Amino acid sequence: MDAVIESLPLYWNGFLRTLFLSAVSGVIALLLGTLLAAARVSPVAALRGFSMTYVEILRNTPLTIAFFFAAIVLPRIGVKFEQFEVAAIIALSAYTAAFIAEAVRSGVNSVPVGQAEAARSIGMKFSQVLSLIILPQALRTVIPPLINILIALVKNSSVAGAFFVLELFGYGRQLANANGDQVMAVLLGVAFFYLLITVPLGILASTVERKVAIAR
Amino acid sequence: MSSVLYDVPGPKARRVSVIGSVVGSLLILGLLAWIISTLAQQGIFEGRRWAIFTRADVWTLLGNGIGATLSAAAVAAVIAFPLGLMLCLLRISDLAAIRIPTRIVLEFLRGMPVVLMMLFVLLVFGTNQFIAVVAGLVLYNSAVFAEIIRAGIQSLPKGQREAGLTVGLTSFQSRMIIELPQAIRRMMPSLVAQLVVLLKDTSLGYIVAYGELLRAVQVMADFLGTQYLFPIFFVAAAIYIAINLCVSRIAVWIERRGSKKAAGGVAKAEPAVEEAAATKP
Repeated sequence: MDAVIESLPLYWNGFLRTLFLSAVSGVIALLLGTLLAAARVSPVAALRGFSMTYVEILRNTPLTIAFFFAAIVLPRIGVKFEQFEVAAIIALSAYTAAFIAEAVRSGVNSVPVGQAEAARSIGMKFSQVLSLIILPQALRTVIPPLINILIALVKNSSVAGAFFVLELFGYGRQLANANGDQVMAVLLGVAFFYLLITVPLGILASTVERKVAIAR
Repeated sequence: MSSVLYDVPGPKARRVSVIGSVVGSLLILGLLAWIISTLAQQGIFEGRRWAIFTRADVWTLLGNGIGATLSAAAVAAVIAFPLGLMLCLLRISDLAAIRIPTRIVLEFLRGMPVVLMMLFVLLVFGTNQFIAVVAGLVLYNSAVFAEIIRAGIQSLPKGQREAGLTVGLTSFQSRMIIELPQAIRRMMPSLVAQLVVLLKDTSLGYIVAYGELLRAVQVMADFLGTQYLFPIFFVAAAIYIAINLCVSRIAVWIERRGSKKAAGGVAKAEPAVEEAAATKP
């Protein structure tokens, strides 16, 4: 226990780093994922094809491979980063965007066809139909799965700790190595901080889900 | 796509769409060309860099990596499924004294990064890497399996259980004989999708130094020289994607096959469950 209490500032640093990584990657992934979903339902075949290829490849790539690529392969082919955090954010947001795109697309499919038809019948263009009518409704229905994706993102950010980014897991590993006799307490401390983020988000997701279910 | 968001394109819209497709393709091709030329400048496409794939020992190492990846995934899946089933039964038990602690355990397991559990087992119990990887995968995935099956049971019409209890089955018998078989069948696509996740998660073994595919890449790059990193990495990534795409296709196939049948077939999984299941590394 002593090691945990002594290292509380480190834990706190790691906790903030994890929050930062997750928040930045989450915002980028939400934007990129929505764009990919829009491309997936657009009338332009090339966009549809690109979006589909992207989603299929990224969804079937282990996150570790994505990290390995961003942190180790990219710098070797000339894309240099000042900090590994940039690589971590690229890997996390590129990976998460694929899942967000799929979720948003399933939301788009859940919007009744009549909505799009009505919008078209009053003369809206595709971009207007999508941005004004379909996406706002689609995003609302997929909020619970989106929260679940963000929970996964928080947990996935732990992989960054293995690629030279000192976040919660990274510090945890250091502390565990330094305090061989108190490994269990040290790692349970790390777990506690993760649960501090993921459990409230999970409760939020199920609450929203129940609300949406009633609204229908 | 079930909904059509745009009118059947007329001549003008088709023209715009074709122009858009051409411009888009050119942009993507341009990006690819830029990447390839950058890579070529680094000499990555020189024959000697790829010549290592004619060496038998390179393939032996890659093969060992694939073997390690698949065996960890297979062992973990075989243990995690029955365990998940059991956790699910405890989670929906009629006794609050069983239900509530199980729920806490499940929330705990689902809320932690898998790699943390692997590290925990490795360091606290001093096991070897294989056991640590399998244990981490089992702990996490059995919790997810339990939640998927629970969602399946809750999606059944209430009458199924009521009918079971009415004809004199005990609560447990009704679960085992009537509800679980239907729930598992309904949730088959999600369960298979979770297998993809499990397979992908084995790559976290890299972090705890388990000799899986990615670790094999690292070892080979260290051994042969970093100039071979890109070719080996490329091949390994392609292998991963190929394996996972195959399993994903199986999930899609099961879903299609199920949806052709009428009631009692495979239901569309609730999106929340599906997404939760599909987002792990």
